Amino acid sequence: MVQKGLARPAIWNASLRDADTLSALPKLAGKILITVLIGGFLGATLVRLAPGFGVDEEELDSRLSAHSIQALRETRATEANLFVFYSRYLSRLLRGDLGNSRTLQRPVSQLVAERLPETLKSVALGLALGWSAGFFLAVAIVMSRAWYLDLLGSLLVGVLLCLPAAVLALLFVLAQAPARLLLGLVVFPKIFRYSRNLLVRSSALPHVLTARAKGLGNLRVLVWHILPTAAPQLLALLGVTVSFAFTAAIPMEALCDIPGIGQLAWKAALGRDVALLVNLTMIVTLVTLVANSASDMMGKTFRVGEV
Amino acid sequence: MKWARTTAIVFLLAVCAACLLARVLAPASYAHQFREEPNASPSRQHLLGTDDLGRDRFARVLYGTRVSLLLAPAAALLSSLLAAFIGGIAGFAGGRVERCVMAGTDLFLSLPWLFLLITVRALLPLNVSPMVSVLITFAMLGCLGWAGAARIICADARALSQSDFILLARASGSSGFRLLWRHLVPNLKPVLYAQFWISVPVFILTEANLGILGLGVAEPLPSWGSLLRELESISTVPGQAWQLVPLILFILVVSSFHLVLTKEELPV
Repeated sequence: MVQKGLARPAIWNASLRDADTLSALPKLAGKILITVLIGGFLGATLVRLAPGFGVDEEELDSRLSAHSIQALRETRATEANLFVFYSRYLSRLLRGDLGNSRTLQRPVSQLVAERLPETLKSVALGLALGWSAGFFLAVAIVMSRAWYLDLLGSLLVGVLLCLPAAVLALLFVLAQAPARLLLGLVVFPKIFRYSRNLLVRSSALPHVLTARAKGLGNLRVLVWHILPTAAPQLLALLGVTVSFAFTAAIPMEALCDIPGIGQLAWKAALGRDVALLVNLTMIVTLVTLVANSASDMMGKTFRVGEV
Repeated sequence: MKWARTTAIVFLLAVCAACLLARVLAPASYAHQFREEPNASPSRQHLLGTDDLGRDRFARVLYGTRVSLLLAPAAALLSSLLAAFIGGIAGFAGGRVERCVMAGTDLFLSLPWLFLLITVRALLPLNVSPMVSVLITFAMLGCLGWAGAARIICADARALSQSDFILLARASGSSGFRLLWRHLVPNLKPVLYAQFWISVPVFILTEANLGILGLGVAEPLPSWGSLLRELESISTVPGQAWQLVPLILFILVVSSFHLVLTKEELPV
Protein backbone atom coordinates (compact mmCIF):
# COMPACT_ATOMS: atom_id res chain seq x y z
CA MET A 1 0.00 0.00 0.00
CA VAL A 2 1.34 3.39 -0.92
CA GLN A 3 1.30 6.06 1.76
CA LYS A 4 2.29 9.36 0.23
CA GLY A 5 4.43 11.63 2.34
CA LEU A 6 5.83 8.88 4.52
CA ALA A 7 9.49 9.09 3.73
CA ARG A 8 11.70 6.05 3.86
CA PRO A 9 15.20 7.30 3.39
CA ALA A 10 16.59 3.83 3.93
CA ILE A 11 17.65 2.77 0.50
CA TRP A 12 19.72 4.10 -2.36
CA ASN A 13 16.85 5.07 -4.61
CA ALA A 14 18.87 7.13 -7.04
CA SER A 15 16.66 6.76 -10.05
CA LEU A 16 17.78 9.26 -12.63
CA ARG A 17 14.74 10.91 -14.09
CA ASP A 18 16.05 11.21 -17.62
CA ALA A 19 13.06 12.96 -19.12
CA ASP A 20 12.86 15.59 -16.36
CA THR A 21 16.60 16.17 -16.44
CA LEU A 22 16.70 16.61 -20.21
CA SER A 23 13.76 19.00 -20.27
CA ALA A 24 15.39 21.08 -17.54
CA LEU A 25 18.68 21.38 -19.42
CA PRO A 26 17.77 24.15 -21.94
CA LYS A 27 16.24 26.24 -19.13
CA LEU A 28 19.35 25.73 -17.05
CA ALA A 29 21.64 26.61 -19.96
CA GLY A 30 19.64 29.80 -20.59
CA LYS A 31 19.85 30.71 -16.92
CA ILE A 32 23.61 30.15 -16.91
CA LEU A 33 24.07 32.24 -20.07
CA ILE A 34 22.05 35.16 -18.67
CA THR A 35 23.92 34.99 -15.37
CA VAL A 36 27.29 34.97 -17.11
CA LEU A 37 26.35 37.94 -19.29
CA ILE A 38 25.02 39.93 -16.34
CA GLY A 39 28.04 38.87 -14.30
CA GLY A 40 30.43 40.09 -16.97
CA PHE A 41 28.52 43.33 -17.27
CA LEU A 42 28.60 43.86 -13.51
CA GLY A 43 32.32 43.15 -13.53
CA ALA A 44 32.83 45.71 -16.28
CA THR A 45 30.63 48.21 -14.41
CA LEU A 46 32.61 47.80 -11.21
CA VAL A 47 35.84 48.27 -13.11
CA ARG A 48 34.50 51.30 -14.95
CA LEU A 49 33.11 52.97 -11.82
CA ALA A 50 36.06 52.21 -9.58
CA PRO A 51 38.02 55.30 -8.59
CA GLY A 52 41.21 55.51 -10.57
CA PHE A 53 39.82 54.06 -13.80
CA GLY A 54 41.78 55.49 -16.74
CA VAL A 55 44.77 56.36 -14.58
CA ASP A 56 47.85 54.65 -15.87
CA GLU A 57 51.35 54.65 -14.40
CA GLU A 58 52.69 55.07 -17.96
CA GLU A 59 51.41 58.64 -17.80
CA LEU A 60 53.77 59.31 -14.89
CA ASP A 61 56.76 58.66 -17.14
CA SER A 62 58.37 62.11 -17.38
CA ARG A 63 60.04 61.24 -20.69
CA LEU A 64 56.65 61.15 -22.48
CA SER A 65 55.54 64.31 -24.26
CA ALA A 66 52.06 65.77 -23.91
CA HIS A 67 51.28 64.42 -27.37
CA SER A 68 52.26 60.87 -26.35
CA ILE A 69 50.20 61.08 -23.17
CA GLN A 70 47.22 62.25 -25.23
CA ALA A 71 47.72 59.30 -27.61
CA LEU A 72 47.83 56.94 -24.64
CA ARG A 73 44.55 58.34 -23.33
CA GLU A 74 42.90 57.99 -26.72
CA THR A 75 43.76 54.30 -26.89
CA ARG A 76 41.80 53.84 -23.66
CA ALA A 77 38.93 56.12 -24.71
CA THR A 78 36.89 53.20 -26.10
CA GLU A 79 36.89 51.66 -22.63
CA ALA A 80 35.53 54.85 -21.04
CA ASN A 81 31.94 54.30 -22.11
CA LEU A 82 30.79 51.15 -20.38
CA PHE A 83 28.02 50.25 -22.83
CA VAL A 84 30.23 50.84 -25.87
CA PHE A 85 32.96 48.78 -24.26
CA TYR A 86 30.60 45.95 -23.41
CA SER A 87 28.65 45.88 -26.71
CA ARG A 88 31.92 45.82 -28.68
CA TYR A 89 33.13 43.08 -26.45
CA LEU A 90 29.97 40.98 -27.03
CA SER A 91 30.06 41.41 -30.80
CA ARG A 92 33.71 40.29 -30.81
CA LEU A 93 32.82 37.42 -28.51
CA LEU A 94 30.27 36.15 -31.03
CA ARG A 95 33.11 35.97 -33.55
CA GLY A 96 35.19 34.00 -31.02
CA ASP A 97 37.49 36.92 -30.27
CA LEU A 98 38.01 37.68 -26.58
CA GLY A 99 40.14 40.73 -27.29
CA ASN A 100 43.74 41.49 -26.45
CA SER A 101 45.40 41.84 -23.09
CA ARG A 102 46.78 45.36 -22.81
CA THR A 103 49.44 44.45 -20.26
CA LEU A 104 50.62 41.15 -21.74
CA GLN A 105 50.13 42.20 -25.39
CA ARG A 106 48.61 38.88 -26.35
CA PRO A 107 45.13 37.60 -27.32
CA VAL A 108 43.06 36.80 -24.22
CA SER A 109 41.80 33.53 -25.74
CA GLN A 110 45.41 32.37 -26.12
CA LEU A 111 46.24 33.28 -22.52
CA VAL A 112 43.15 31.54 -21.21
CA ALA A 113 43.78 28.44 -23.33
CA GLU A 114 47.29 28.22 -21.92
CA ARG A 115 46.42 28.83 -18.30
CA LEU A 116 42.96 27.40 -17.69
CA PRO A 117 44.15 23.75 -17.86
CA GLU A 118 46.74 24.50 -15.14
CA THR A 119 44.08 25.90 -12.83
CA LEU A 120 41.61 23.12 -13.61
CA LYS A 121 44.32 20.58 -12.81
CA SER A 122 45.05 22.27 -9.46
CA VAL A 123 41.35 22.61 -8.62
CA ALA A 124 40.62 18.96 -9.52
CA LEU A 125 43.54 17.70 -7.45
CA GLY A 126 42.65 19.99 -4.55
CA LEU A 127 39.02 18.88 -4.57
CA ALA A 128 39.96 15.21 -4.77
CA LEU A 129 42.35 15.56 -1.81
CA GLY A 130 40.07 17.79 0.25
CA TRP A 131 37.05 15.57 -0.28
CA SER A 132 38.92 12.34 0.41
CA ALA A 133 40.46 13.66 3.62
CA GLY A 134 37.45 15.67 4.88
CA PHE A 135 34.72 13.20 4.06
CA PHE A 136 36.51 10.07 5.23
CA LEU A 137 37.65 11.72 8.47
CA ALA A 138 34.05 12.78 9.12
CA VAL A 139 32.81 9.25 8.39
CA ALA A 140 35.48 7.76 10.66
CA ILE A 141 34.50 10.09 13.50
CA VAL A 142 30.76 9.53 13.15
CA MET A 143 31.02 5.75 12.84
CA SER A 144 33.67 5.18 15.51
CA ARG A 145 32.19 7.80 17.89
CA ALA A 146 35.72 8.23 19.27
CA TRP A 147 35.88 11.52 21.19
CA TYR A 148 39.66 11.86 20.81
CA LEU A 149 39.40 11.58 17.02
CA ASP A 150 36.63 14.18 17.01
CA LEU A 151 38.69 16.52 19.19
CA LEU A 152 41.77 16.07 17.02
CA GLY A 153 39.81 16.64 13.83
CA SER A 154 38.05 19.70 15.23
CA LEU A 155 41.33 21.24 16.43
CA LEU A 156 43.02 20.68 13.07
CA VAL A 157 40.06 22.10 11.19
CA GLY A 158 39.80 25.01 13.65
CA VAL A 159 43.41 26.03 12.92
CA LEU A 160 43.04 25.59 9.16
CA LEU A 161 39.88 27.70 9.10
CA CYS A 162 41.82 30.52 10.76
CA LEU A 163 44.56 30.57 8.13
CA PRO A 164 44.07 32.64 4.99
CA ALA A 165 44.87 30.78 1.76
CA ALA A 166 47.67 33.29 1.12
CA VAL A 167 49.40 32.41 4.42
CA LEU A 168 49.13 28.71 3.59
CA ALA A 169 50.67 29.49 0.21
CA LEU A 170 53.56 31.34 1.88
CA LEU A 171 54.09 28.45 4.29
CA PHE A 172 54.10 26.03 1.35
CA VAL A 173 56.71 28.15 -0.41
CA LEU A 174 58.86 28.26 2.74
CA ALA A 175 58.53 24.51 3.28
CA GLN A 176 59.06 23.89 -0.46
CA ALA A 177 55.97 21.67 -0.42
CA PRO A 178 54.09 20.88 -3.66
CA ALA A 179 51.85 23.90 -4.13
CA ARG A 180 49.06 22.03 -5.85
CA LEU A 181 48.22 20.26 -2.57
CA LEU A 182 47.34 23.61 -1.04
CA LEU A 183 43.83 23.77 -2.47
CA GLY A 184 43.13 20.44 -0.77
CA LEU A 185 44.03 22.02 2.57
CA VAL A 186 41.79 25.01 1.84
CA VAL A 187 38.67 22.97 1.05
CA PHE A 188 39.34 20.17 3.56
CA PRO A 189 38.11 22.01 6.70
CA LYS A 190 34.90 23.16 5.05
CA ILE A 191 34.12 19.66 3.79
CA PHE A 192 35.00 18.06 7.10
CA ARG A 193 32.94 20.43 9.22
CA TYR A 194 29.87 20.35 6.99
CA SER A 195 29.87 16.61 6.33
CA ARG A 196 30.55 15.80 10.00
CA ASN A 197 27.57 17.88 11.13
CA LEU A 198 25.41 16.41 8.40
CA LEU A 199 26.39 12.82 9.18
CA VAL A 200 25.93 13.35 12.93
CA ARG A 201 22.42 14.66 12.26
CA SER A 202 21.60 11.84 9.85
CA SER A 203 22.90 9.18 12.22
CA ALA A 204 20.56 10.42 14.95
CA LEU A 205 17.45 9.93 12.80
CA PRO A 206 14.93 7.35 14.12
CA HIS A 207 15.32 4.93 11.22
CA VAL A 208 19.09 4.82 11.74
CA LEU A 209 18.66 4.18 15.45
CA THR A 210 16.19 1.41 14.64
CA ALA A 211 18.63 -0.11 12.16
CA ARG A 212 21.36 -0.07 14.79
CA ALA A 213 19.01 -1.56 17.38
CA LYS A 214 18.20 -4.38 14.97
CA GLY A 215 21.91 -5.21 14.93
CA LEU A 216 22.98 -3.96 11.51
CA GLY A 217 26.71 -3.51 11.05
CA ASN A 218 28.39 -0.11 10.89
CA LEU A 219 29.12 -0.27 7.17
CA ARG A 220 25.60 -1.35 6.29
CA VAL A 221 24.06 1.41 8.43
CA LEU A 222 26.35 3.96 6.79
CA VAL A 223 25.82 2.89 3.19
CA TRP A 224 22.12 2.07 3.32
CA HIS A 225 20.75 4.46 5.93
CA ILE A 226 23.00 7.43 6.68
CA LEU A 227 24.53 8.34 3.32
CA PRO A 228 21.29 8.33 1.30
CA THR A 229 19.82 10.92 3.67
CA ALA A 230 22.91 13.12 3.54
CA ALA A 231 23.69 12.64 -0.18
CA PRO A 232 21.71 15.58 -1.68
CA GLN A 233 23.27 18.10 0.70
CA LEU A 234 26.74 16.63 0.26
CA LEU A 235 26.37 16.90 -3.50
CA ALA A 236 25.27 20.52 -3.14
CA LEU A 237 28.46 21.09 -1.12
CA LEU A 238 30.48 19.76 -4.05
CA GLY A 239 29.40 22.73 -6.18
CA VAL A 240 30.20 25.20 -3.42
CA THR A 241 33.69 23.76 -2.91
CA VAL A 242 34.49 24.31 -6.60
CA SER A 243 33.87 28.01 -6.00
CA PHE A 244 36.08 27.94 -2.87
CA ALA A 245 38.86 26.24 -4.77
CA PHE A 246 38.79 28.80 -7.60
CA THR A 247 38.90 31.66 -5.09
CA ALA A 248 41.86 30.11 -3.27
CA ALA A 249 43.61 29.57 -6.61
CA ILE A 250 44.38 33.30 -6.84
CA PRO A 251 46.74 33.54 -3.84
CA MET A 252 48.08 30.04 -4.44
CA GLU A 253 49.05 30.68 -8.04
CA ALA A 254 50.23 34.23 -7.40
CA LEU A 255 52.51 33.32 -4.50
CA CYS A 256 53.63 29.86 -5.60
CA ASP A 257 54.25 31.00 -9.19
CA ILE A 258 51.87 28.59 -10.89
CA PRO A 259 50.90 29.87 -14.34
CA GLY A 260 47.12 29.49 -14.04
CA ILE A 261 44.23 31.92 -14.38
CA GLY A 262 44.49 32.94 -10.71
CA GLN A 263 47.96 34.30 -11.36
CA LEU A 264 46.72 35.84 -14.60
CA ALA A 265 43.90 37.63 -12.74
CA TRP A 266 46.37 38.92 -10.16
CA LYS A 267 48.71 40.23 -12.86
CA ALA A 268 45.78 41.74 -14.74
CA ALA A 269 44.55 43.45 -11.54
CA LEU A 270 47.99 44.91 -10.89
CA GLY A 271 48.24 45.99 -14.54
CA ARG A 272 44.69 47.44 -14.65
CA ASP A 273 43.82 45.29 -17.65
CA VAL A 274 40.04 45.68 -18.05
CA ALA A 275 39.52 43.33 -21.00
CA LEU A 276 41.42 40.51 -19.40
CA LEU A 277 39.70 40.91 -16.02
CA VAL A 278 36.19 40.93 -17.49
CA ASN A 279 36.97 37.78 -19.48
CA LEU A 280 38.43 36.00 -16.50
CA THR A 281 35.46 37.01 -14.34
CA MET A 282 33.08 35.55 -16.91
CA ILE A 283 35.04 32.35 -17.34
CA VAL A 284 35.25 31.69 -13.60
CA THR A 285 31.54 32.57 -13.21
CA LEU A 286 30.72 30.10 -15.98
CA VAL A 287 32.78 27.29 -14.45
CA THR A 288 31.30 27.94 -10.99
CA LEU A 289 27.75 28.01 -12.33
CA VAL A 290 28.17 24.82 -14.33
CA ALA A 291 29.64 23.07 -11.29
CA ASN A 292 26.82 24.31 -9.02
CA SER A 293 24.12 23.36 -11.52
CA ALA A 294 25.63 19.92 -12.07
CA SER A 295 25.83 19.24 -8.35
CA ASP A 296 22.24 20.48 -7.88
CA MET A 297 20.99 18.18 -10.63
CA MET A 298 22.91 15.25 -9.20
CA GLY A 299 21.40 16.02 -5.79
CA LYS A 300 17.90 15.99 -7.23
CA THR A 301 18.42 12.53 -8.69
CA PHE A 302 18.88 11.12 -5.19
CA ARG A 303 15.22 11.24 -4.47
CA VAL A 304 14.01 9.90 -1.20
CA GLY A 305 11.94 6.79 -1.75
CA GLU A 306 8.27 6.94 -0.89
CA VAL A 307 6.61 3.84 0.48
CA MET B 1 31.82 24.74 25.67
CA LYS B 2 30.72 27.74 27.70
CA TRP B 3 34.23 28.14 29.11
CA ALA B 4 35.69 28.30 25.59
CA ARG B 5 33.22 31.01 24.63
CA THR B 6 33.95 33.01 27.78
CA THR B 7 37.71 32.65 27.23
CA ALA B 8 37.34 33.78 23.62
CA ILE B 9 35.33 36.86 24.61
CA VAL B 10 37.78 37.79 27.38
CA PHE B 11 40.71 37.32 24.98
CA LEU B 12 39.07 39.48 22.32
CA LEU B 13 38.33 42.18 24.87
CA ALA B 14 41.95 42.10 26.09
CA VAL B 15 43.27 42.37 22.51
CA CYS B 16 40.86 45.24 21.77
CA ALA B 17 41.96 47.05 24.93
CA ALA B 18 45.64 46.60 24.05
CA CYS B 19 45.02 47.93 20.54
CA LEU B 20 43.10 50.94 21.77
CA LEU B 21 45.96 51.70 24.18
CA ALA B 22 48.53 51.27 21.39
CA ARG B 23 49.74 54.84 21.79
CA VAL B 24 50.55 54.13 25.45
CA LEU B 25 51.90 50.59 25.06
CA ALA B 26 53.96 51.02 21.89
CA PRO B 27 57.37 52.69 22.14
CA ALA B 28 56.85 54.61 18.89
CA SER B 29 54.44 55.21 16.07
CA TYR B 30 53.90 52.39 13.55
CA ALA B 31 55.66 54.46 10.88
CA HIS B 32 58.62 55.66 12.97
CA GLN B 33 61.87 54.28 11.58
CA PHE B 34 64.78 53.53 13.88
CA ARG B 35 67.21 53.74 10.98
CA GLU B 36 70.20 52.61 13.00
CA GLU B 37 68.41 49.39 14.05
CA PRO B 38 66.93 47.58 11.02
CA ASN B 39 66.03 43.91 11.54
CA ALA B 40 66.83 44.20 15.26
CA SER B 41 66.20 41.28 17.61
CA PRO B 42 63.72 41.61 20.48
CA SER B 43 64.97 43.86 23.25
CA ARG B 44 63.55 45.85 26.15
CA GLN B 45 62.95 48.77 23.79
CA HIS B 46 61.59 46.72 20.90
CA LEU B 47 59.66 43.78 22.31
CA LEU B 48 59.30 42.04 18.93
CA GLY B 49 62.33 43.57 17.28
CA THR B 50 62.21 45.79 14.20
CA ASP B 51 61.50 45.17 10.52
CA ASP B 52 63.85 45.80 7.60
CA LEU B 53 63.02 49.53 7.68
CA GLY B 54 63.72 49.76 11.41
CA ARG B 55 60.04 50.09 12.38
CA ASP B 56 59.07 48.69 15.78
CA ARG B 57 57.28 45.39 15.08
CA PHE B 58 55.32 45.43 18.36
CA ALA B 59 53.88 48.86 17.51
CA ARG B 60 52.96 47.66 14.04
CA VAL B 61 51.25 44.55 15.42
CA LEU B 62 49.21 46.70 17.84
CA TYR B 63 48.20 49.28 15.22
CA GLY B 64 47.63 46.61 12.54
CA THR B 65 45.38 44.64 14.87
CA ARG B 66 43.51 47.84 15.68
CA VAL B 67 42.85 48.49 11.98
CA SER B 68 41.51 44.98 11.40
CA LEU B 69 39.56 44.76 14.66
CA LEU B 70 37.85 48.10 14.14
CA LEU B 71 37.11 47.86 10.46
CA ALA B 72 36.22 44.16 10.01
CA PRO B 73 33.27 44.50 12.44
CA ALA B 74 32.29 47.74 10.69
CA ALA B 75 32.28 45.92 7.33
CA ALA B 76 30.36 43.02 8.90
CA LEU B 77 27.81 45.50 10.26
CA LEU B 78 27.44 47.06 6.80
CA SER B 79 26.94 43.67 5.11
CA SER B 80 24.51 42.52 7.84
CA LEU B 81 22.46 45.71 7.45
CA LEU B 82 22.40 45.32 3.67
CA ALA B 83 21.38 41.67 4.08
CA ALA B 84 18.66 42.64 6.58
CA PHE B 85 17.32 45.33 4.29
CA ILE B 86 17.37 43.28 1.07
CA GLY B 87 16.50 39.88 2.55
CA GLY B 88 13.96 41.29 5.02
CA ILE B 89 12.01 43.21 2.39
CA ALA B 90 12.11 40.26 -0.06
CA GLY B 91 10.87 37.79 2.55
CA PHE B 92 8.23 40.17 3.87
CA ALA B 93 6.90 41.18 0.44
CA GLY B 94 7.02 37.64 -1.02
CA GLY B 95 5.77 36.83 -4.53
CA ARG B 96 7.45 38.53 -7.48
CA VAL B 97 9.52 40.87 -5.32
CA GLU B 98 11.03 37.93 -3.50
CA ARG B 99 11.68 36.01 -6.72
CA CYS B 100 13.38 39.02 -8.35
CA VAL B 101 15.49 39.83 -5.30
CA MET B 102 16.51 36.21 -4.81
CA ALA B 103 17.46 35.91 -8.50
CA GLY B 104 19.70 38.95 -8.00
CA THR B 105 21.13 37.38 -4.85
CA ASP B 106 21.81 34.11 -6.69
CA LEU B 107 23.58 36.07 -9.39
CA PHE B 108 25.66 37.87 -6.81
CA LEU B 109 26.54 34.59 -5.09
CA SER B 110 27.69 33.01 -8.35
CA LEU B 111 30.12 35.84 -9.10
CA PRO B 112 33.74 35.16 -8.19
CA TRP B 113 33.82 38.05 -5.79
CA LEU B 114 37.52 37.77 -4.95
CA PHE B 115 38.16 38.42 -8.64
CA LEU B 116 35.92 41.50 -8.48
CA LEU B 117 37.52 42.58 -5.23
CA ILE B 118 41.10 42.48 -6.51
CA THR B 119 39.97 44.23 -9.67
CA VAL B 120 38.35 47.16 -7.91
CA ARG B 121 41.13 47.35 -5.33
CA ALA B 122 43.78 47.42 -8.05
CA LEU B 123 42.01 50.24 -9.85
CA LEU B 124 42.32 52.66 -6.95
CA PRO B 125 44.34 55.74 -7.84
CA LEU B 126 48.08 55.30 -7.47
CA ASN B 127 48.35 58.20 -5.02
CA VAL B 128 45.56 57.05 -2.68
CA SER B 129 46.30 57.69 0.99
CA PRO B 130 46.65 54.72 3.36
CA MET B 131 43.58 55.78 5.35
CA VAL B 132 41.42 55.97 2.21
CA SER B 133 42.77 52.61 1.00
CA VAL B 134 41.86 50.93 4.28
CA LEU B 135 38.37 52.44 4.28
CA ILE B 136 37.74 51.46 0.65
CA THR B 137 39.04 47.93 1.21
CA PHE B 138 36.70 47.26 4.11
CA ALA B 139 33.75 49.13 2.52
CA MET B 140 34.13 46.86 -0.54
CA LEU B 141 34.15 43.80 1.70
CA GLY B 142 30.95 45.01 3.37
CA CYS B 143 29.26 45.78 0.04
CA LEU B 144 30.15 42.44 -1.52
CA GLY B 145 29.49 40.15 1.45
CA TRP B 146 25.72 40.54 1.97
CA ALA B 147 24.31 37.98 -0.48
CA GLY B 148 24.67 34.75 1.52
CA ALA B 149 23.21 36.35 4.64
CA ALA B 150 20.36 37.91 2.63
CA ARG B 151 19.16 34.45 1.54
CA ILE B 152 19.01 33.23 5.15
CA ILE B 153 17.28 36.38 6.33
CA CYS B 154 14.79 36.22 3.45
CA ALA B 155 13.85 32.64 4.41
CA ASP B 156 13.44 33.67 8.05
CA ALA B 157 11.44 36.78 7.17
CA ARG B 158 9.15 34.68 4.96
CA ALA B 159 8.54 32.20 7.76
CA LEU B 160 7.93 35.00 10.26
CA SER B 161 5.54 36.89 7.97
CA GLN B 162 3.35 33.77 7.87
CA SER B 163 3.41 33.27 11.64
CA ASP B 164 0.48 33.75 14.00
CA PHE B 165 1.70 36.88 15.74
CA ILE B 166 2.12 38.67 12.42
CA LEU B 167 -1.40 37.62 11.44
CA LEU B 168 -2.65 38.99 14.76
CA ALA B 169 -0.73 42.22 14.21
CA ARG B 170 -2.26 42.54 10.74
CA ALA B 171 -5.69 41.87 12.16
CA SER B 172 -5.22 44.59 14.76
CA GLY B 173 -4.47 47.15 12.03
CA SER B 174 -0.67 47.08 11.74
CA SER B 175 0.60 47.19 8.20
CA GLY B 176 3.53 48.10 5.98
CA PHE B 177 6.52 49.75 7.59
CA ARG B 178 5.14 49.51 11.13
CA LEU B 179 4.66 45.76 10.81
CA LEU B 180 8.16 45.41 9.40
CA TRP B 181 9.86 47.66 11.95
CA ARG B 182 7.96 46.77 15.11
CA HIS B 183 7.33 43.07 14.63
CA LEU B 184 9.53 41.54 11.96
CA VAL B 185 12.91 43.20 12.50
CA PRO B 186 13.09 42.52 16.28
CA ASN B 187 12.48 38.83 15.58
CA LEU B 188 15.22 38.75 12.96
CA LYS B 189 17.80 40.02 15.46
CA PRO B 190 19.19 36.56 16.43
CA VAL B 191 19.83 35.68 12.76
CA LEU B 192 21.41 39.07 12.12
CA TYR B 193 23.55 38.68 15.22
CA ALA B 194 24.78 35.26 14.01
CA GLN B 195 25.46 36.59 10.51
CA PHE B 196 27.41 39.51 11.95
CA TRP B 197 29.69 37.27 14.01
CA ILE B 198 30.17 34.86 11.10
CA SER B 199 31.13 37.73 8.77
CA VAL B 200 33.80 39.30 11.00
CA PRO B 201 36.41 36.49 10.72
CA VAL B 202 35.58 36.07 7.01
CA PHE B 203 36.41 39.73 6.37
CA ILE B 204 39.56 39.57 8.48
CA LEU B 205 40.72 36.55 6.44
CA THR B 206 39.87 38.25 3.13
CA GLU B 207 41.72 41.42 4.07
CA ALA B 208 44.72 39.29 5.03
CA ASN B 209 44.59 37.55 1.63
CA LEU B 210 44.40 40.89 -0.16
CA GLY B 211 47.18 42.35 1.97
CA ILE B 212 49.53 39.46 1.28
CA LEU B 213 48.85 39.85 -2.45
CA GLY B 214 49.79 43.52 -2.15
CA LEU B 215 46.23 44.67 -2.81
CA GLY B 216 45.13 45.48 0.72
CA VAL B 217 45.83 48.42 3.00
CA ALA B 218 48.51 50.76 1.62
CA GLU B 219 51.81 51.26 3.44
CA PRO B 220 52.87 52.59 5.88
CA LEU B 221 49.57 51.89 7.67
CA PRO B 222 49.85 48.33 9.01
CA SER B 223 47.15 45.68 8.82
CA TRP B 224 47.23 41.96 9.38
CA GLY B 225 47.65 41.47 5.65
CA SER B 226 50.81 43.55 5.50
CA LEU B 227 52.12 42.06 8.77
CA LEU B 228 51.63 38.52 7.50
CA ARG B 229 53.31 39.46 4.25
CA GLU B 230 56.56 39.68 6.20
CA LEU B 231 56.47 35.87 6.41
CA GLU B 232 57.86 35.98 2.87
CA SER B 233 61.22 37.06 4.25
CA ILE B 234 61.32 34.64 7.17
CA SER B 235 63.50 32.16 5.25
CA THR B 236 66.11 34.81 4.53
CA VAL B 237 66.55 35.55 8.25
CA PRO B 238 66.50 32.13 9.93
CA GLY B 239 65.95 31.82 13.64
CA GLN B 240 63.67 34.86 13.94
CA ALA B 241 60.79 33.05 15.60
CA TRP B 242 59.29 36.30 16.88
CA GLN B 243 58.28 37.09 13.29
CA LEU B 244 55.62 34.44 13.78
CA VAL B 245 53.91 36.45 16.55
CA PRO B 246 51.50 38.25 14.15
CA LEU B 247 50.52 34.88 12.66
CA ILE B 248 49.91 33.34 16.09
CA LEU B 249 47.91 36.38 17.21
CA PHE B 250 45.95 36.26 13.96
CA ILE B 251 45.02 32.59 14.47
CA LEU B 252 44.03 33.23 18.09
CA VAL B 253 41.85 36.22 17.22
CA VAL B 254 40.11 34.54 14.28
CA SER B 255 39.49 31.35 16.27
CA SER B 256 38.12 33.47 19.12
CA PHE B 257 35.63 35.01 16.71
CA HIS B 258 34.65 31.48 15.66
CA LEU B 259 34.04 30.56 19.30
CA VAL B 260 31.87 33.58 20.12
CA LEU B 261 28.78 31.93 18.65
CA THR B 262 27.31 28.94 20.43
CA LYS B 263 26.49 25.75 18.50
CA GLU B 264 22.78 26.60 18.57
CA GLU B 265 23.41 29.98 16.97
CA LEU B 266 25.55 28.58 14.15
CA PRO B 267 24.03 27.41 10.88
CA VAL B 268 24.77 23.76 9.90
